[in-house]
Amino acid sequence: MMPFSIMAFLCAAILACQASSDDPARGRTLYYFTWSDYVGPELLESFERQTGVKVVVDTFSSNEELLAKLQSGASGYDVTVPSDFMVSVMMQQGLLAELDLAKIPNAKLLADGLQHLPVDPDHRYSVPYLWGTVGIGYDSSVIRTPPDSWAALWDERYKGKISMLNDQREVFGAVLRSLGQSMNTRDPAVIAQAKARLLEQKPLVKTYTSDHFDHLLASGEVVLAHGWGGPVARAMALKPSIKYVVPKEGATIWADCLVIPKTSRNKTLALQFINYLLDREVAARTSERLLFASANREARNLVRADVRDNPAVYPPDAVLGRLEWMSDVGEAIRLYDRAWTELKMK
Amino acid sequence: MTGQANDVRRRWLLAASLGNLAFLYAPIVVLIAFSFNAARLAASWQGFSLRWYEALTRDHALMVALQNSLLIAVASTAIATLLGVSAAVGLERLPQRSRAALDGAFLLPLVMPEVMMGVALLLFFVLIKLPLGLLTVTIGHAAFNVPVVLVIVRARLRKLDPSLEEAARDLGATPWRAFRRVTLPLLGPAIVGASVLAFTVSLDDFVVTFFTAGPGATTLPLKVYSMIKTGISPEINALSAILVLASMGLVALSLAIQQRQRLSQ
Amino acid sequence: MTGRPVHHTIARQSAWLLAPALVWMGVFFLLPLLVVFLISFASRGAYGGVEWTFTLANYRDLADPLYLYVYARSFGLALATTAFCLCLGFPLAYYIAKAPARWQGIWLALVLIPFWTNFLVRTYAWINVLRADGLLNALLMALGIISEPIDILYSDLAVLIGLVYGYLPFMVLPLYAAIERLDDSLVDAARDLYASGWAVLTRVIVPLTKPGIVAGCLLVFIPSLGAYITPDLLGGARSMMIGTFIQHEYLVVRDWPLGSAASFVLMAMVVAGLWGYQRAGGERPL
Repeated sequence: MMPFSIMAFLCAAILACQASSDDPARGRTLYYFTWSDYVGPELLESFERQTGVKVVVDTFSSNEELLAKLQSGASGYDVTVPSDFMVSVMMQQGLLAELDLAKIPNAKLLADGLQHLPVDPDHRYSVPYLWGTVGIGYDSSVIRTPPDSWAALWDERYKGKISMLNDQREVFGAVLRSLGQSMNTRDPAVIAQAKARLLEQKPLVKTYTSDHFDHLLASGEVVLAHGWGGPVARAMALKPSIKYVVPKEGATIWADCLVIPKTSRNKTLALQFINYLLDREVAARTSERLLFASANREARNLVRADVRDNPAVYPPDAVLGRLEWMSDVGEAIRLYDRAWTELKMK
Repeated sequence: MTGQANDVRRRWLLAASLGNLAFLYAPIVVLIAFSFNAARLAASWQGFSLRWYEALTRDHALMVALQNSLLIAVASTAIATLLGVSAAVGLERLPQRSRAALDGAFLLPLVMPEVMMGVALLLFFVLIKLPLGLLTVTIGHAAFNVPVVLVIVRARLRKLDPSLEEAARDLGATPWRAFRRVTLPLLGPAIVGASVLAFTVSLDDFVVTFFTAGPGATTLPLKVYSMIKTGISPEINALSAILVLASMGLVALSLAIQQRQRLSQ
Repeated sequence: MTGRPVHHTIARQSAWLLAPALVWMGVFFLLPLLVVFLISFASRGAYGGVEWTFTLANYRDLADPLYLYVYARSFGLALATTAFCLCLGFPLAYYIAKAPARWQGIWLALVLIPFWTNFLVRTYAWINVLRADGLLNALLMALGIISEPIDILYSDLAVLIGLVYGYLPFMVLPLYAAIERLDDSLVDAARDLYASGWAVLTRVIVPLTKPGIVAGCLLVFIPSLGAYITPDLLGGARSMMIGTFIQHEYLVVRDWPLGSAASFVLMAMVVAGLWGYQRAGGERPL
């Protein structure tokens, strides 16, 4: 009987430790579900100190993964960060709680172009948090002529040294733009054409990753990486010859938005957290630390010059003209699903 | 003649065996060695450093993951041991015919691919609208650990002499008392061994946990997985080194205990 | 006295003792499997999730050459893994089994220690070794065998290496158990009769250790078939095995019915393998 009593005791002891570190009124813990690129414990420290709340962070690396987790009953997250087009999907599925904008005064400080996004113009469910572009990170010491087209990712000379995002919509977005099409097309013929082009590219691709292409670039394992600006900026810090370009055919402009899932058990706290993240000092520090552009328009003036002037972080106006917002494609997503699966399988 | 051929054979086998060991240990040794590398990128050796171990101690999320893992392991092991032991005893007393079918049913989780078990549990929890979290992970762990405990305890049970318990009953003890005072103590070592094994299996589990985890239920393997995916290599090296040395310590300990038991018998 | 009444009591008690475990396994193991089975006949909702309209389309879809290819690849990889584990593991098991008793314990411990280490860590160890700037390439370049790093990571070869590495102990242990029971005098007699060692191996040693070989192959083949971690970490999201395909359907594409059908086909393959093993007269693996 000894082993049982020992185990029961241990169990009780650990549970006791848990209980004492949590306030019995569960309002003392906030569950934050965010992109693996958005993790920065020191950014949350002052929130935790001010409110006495502990922030528990779980991460995901694609919008589809986020949606799948929420759909399969991972309830209890208080704040999460879908991309703009995923916000509309989640709204349709009834997964989001309405925001009480009175509790988020910092939401009034949004940058131009990010207010009243078509997916949620009145900010009933979402507030933009960070935004940026998708492009190509490349090692300029290996690739002497700066690439300016998506075609660079199909270059045979760099076989096995190319990485693509592990993100269905982004990968198709890139190839569709390279074919002169919209990345939100619902035309089966066009999608099939895109798939064929991707299958041609596959032998050249080392890996499909959304998580560590910055490390691959910095260590030289890939010389061309399809990716978001922020991680490429991180790679730049590790290896100065890394540069970023938004191809001339056009690319994605995205804005990740803060939302509150309907199953959150502490919406007041969640609103407080969202307001905190959008505070201009916090936003500026976030921008510097994570190397993404903040949606708060005043933050831009507060960040360090090297971050503000980095085109991988804050896209220059010249680039804005050729960017396209991703949108929900409705039923056509099944065509994309099938094509993406086929790409991965062959 | 045969002696010489035997020697050659032995030497060849030894070479093959050492080769196998090198294959088994080389990656681990490399990992441990580079956990002391001061450089961030593994490419070059830049001097001895403990900075990655230091970074681990500052990783708050890692400590929480460890705490979760321990909590789940203790709870699921307790449940699995209780269920497994009673099932083992029950099965052993069952008449031969009914036993065969149940035997197979209980062993099924051991041969089922983990992915399948993970998605099955996920779908089931969605259907009954049970939110994912520490509870669902614990349930899953207990489910796949019951057969583990069952197999080990039953193996020992079969070797026991049934007449001992019968004798106790003939002397007037109730069946429950006979079991408690005679059989259970004899099963003691097997039960402990089975719980330790179940505990380890639960601590190490990734696939089932991956599918059934929810907010705030990140376990150590899940954290390691996300660290590997985001490629923060030097800290993973340090963490891996610690895990490897901890396992080696446990194995050594368990072997030492077994040696002591064998010697004392 | 052990008369009939006591038999009944014992039988009733057995029922009580078995009940908790049966209930737990029934609810949290069999019932989920049943759910998967049922969902494999349902349809996918517009954005994922399940719509309860009966359809055989999922199983029909799986018959598509695209998906069959994944199953065939996985089957092939699992088979290759088993073959390599057998070839590597047999000499090791033989050596240990014929070693002096003191040493056997030490050798077995050495084989078991990596086995007890976390699987993720072991797989990560190989990422470290196989990278462009990892140990293998450094070694090969230092030896002058290659001048440029070769790309092994994120390929089928990497997955194969990872699988063999992960499941080798599962092959060695049953082989060791079987070889240990091998009667040396039979082997010696065979050596006196046959000219070549190969004949001794194939005509005497292998047939006598067949139960161990079959058990080891089964213990390696089945997990390899449904492997998830190894192809996920070492495959670079370039190629799918059944395990990663199922995860892809559930957590990326969110087509639960198709994923469930795929799971069930995998399950059927495993059960078929086990059934074949039983028919071939194998002992219970455990």
